[in-house]
Amino acid sequence: MRLEAKDISFRYTEGGRQVLNHVNLTAEEKERIGIMAPSGFGKTTLLKILSGYERPESGQVFLDGKPIADFKGYLPVQMIWQHPELSVNPRRKLKTVLAEGDWPEDSDALRNRIERELGILDEWKERYPVEVSGGELQRFCIARALGQRTRILLADEITTMLDLVTQGKLWDFLVKEIKERGITLIAVSHSEELLEKVCDKVIRLG
Amino acid sequence: MTGNKRRMTAICFIGAVVFLSTVTILGSFWQEAAVETDFSRKNLAPCARYLFGTDWMGRDMFIRTVTGLSMSIRIGLLTAAVSAVIAFFLGLSAAVMGRFVDGIVTMMIDLVMGVPHMLLLILISFACGKGFWGVTAGIAFTHWASLARLIRGEVLQLKESQYIKIAEKLGKSRFYIAFFHMAPNLAPQFVTGLILMFPHAILHEASITFLGFGLSPEKPAIGIILSESMKYLAMGKWWLALFPGLFLVLVVLMFHCAGQAVCRMIDPGSAHE
Repeated sequence: MRLEAKDISFRYTEGGRQVLNHVNLTAEEKERIGIMAPSGFGKTTLLKILSGYERPESGQVFLDGKPIADFKGYLPVQMIWQHPELSVNPRRKLKTVLAEGDWPEDSDALRNRIERELGILDEWKERYPVEVSGGELQRFCIARALGQRTRILLADEITTMLDLVTQGKLWDFLVKEIKERGITLIAVSHSEELLEKVCDKVIRLG
Repeated sequence: MTGNKRRMTAICFIGAVVFLSTVTILGSFWQEAAVETDFSRKNLAPCARYLFGTDWMGRDMFIRTVTGLSMSIRIGLLTAAVSAVIAFFLGLSAAVMGRFVDGIVTMMIDLVMGVPHMLLLILISFACGKGFWGVTAGIAFTHWASLARLIRGEVLQLKESQYIKIAEKLGKSRFYIAFFHMAPNLAPQFVTGLILMFPHAILHEASITFLGFGLSPEKPAIGIILSESMKYLAMGKWWLALFPGLFLVLVVLMFHCAGQAVCRMIDPGSAHE
């Protein structure tokens, strides 16, 4: 799938600071793009617009030529957020996070493999979000975003709460997974080294 | 020493439930005894035989108090539960089912809150034939509005949370989001609303009965007991109001305690306490 952002401008409040100003971005199928910019440059805002969480002030986002706002049901563009504790319902057990993913009805193979590769333990699934660490919680969010119909993955500083070894393992798995399944990746990070390692091209802002 | 807070909470909850259940069950068995008159023992002060004394018709005030509280608990529970369920579904649907439904529910809330409470209560109770079911319907259909408004506001706030928006992008239906994501987060408001509604319902039952549009005067309801006792207070018969009044407060406190315990038990944040 081809994701295309055309002439995107955005501000959070009317008359407020211009967060994005006429931004254009195209991600071809299977492409891996890294975005690097100082804090406050609108990286997260751009990802939110690309995945339909925010509507731009002007411009439009297209998915295979169709406006992203027109997509109903499961959206092939899935975003993994920087703060996993805000991405899961604090009053539901973690097994429900996994259950919400888009898994094949006739086989658990994909789900089981992703859980295994991410190192998700069975005992964590019976816990509430407050009972696990940020890193453990983020694995659940990553697994949920890797459903069978996901074609484009947006990753917003997803490993900042992890130690370097775990970060490396997690990215190794993600890159292998998206390469195998032909998923497009747009990753945001402050680490140039990381983006150089996992992406085909890195866009530097600011 | 802090001990196991969850265990203490569970003990509080069980204690409160046992107390309320005992009063409710005993009261329903003592319906006959509560109206039994014996003029040879009238106006007796509290003693070993009559713990709460007797009234001007020689009726045992302990039995009357327990029976009255039993009636109040049943009415209070039923009306508070019905009101809370109405409030929950209307509040939830207003915020989830789009602007049209929201408009209708908001209008209904304004309508119920705009009409003087007592007037609407009397009207519904009278239309439903007074008595137990009249009072129950009256209280149930007039007390949901403020909780519905609170739940609607809470749902509107929840709609903006990240995990709800993620669920939408995962293709989850409005029904799924409402019942699996929003409902668990509304539980504290729901339980608190239910608890606050309970004493309100009991007091309204007493008021409407006092005005003659509620329960029949021969029923040993707590409202009737208290209003009747007023005539005898000046004559030094303090026990006629003190014990029923104290036990009414105790029942309300027990219900509050049980509600607080439920709130704590369902809060995942208290799992390690």
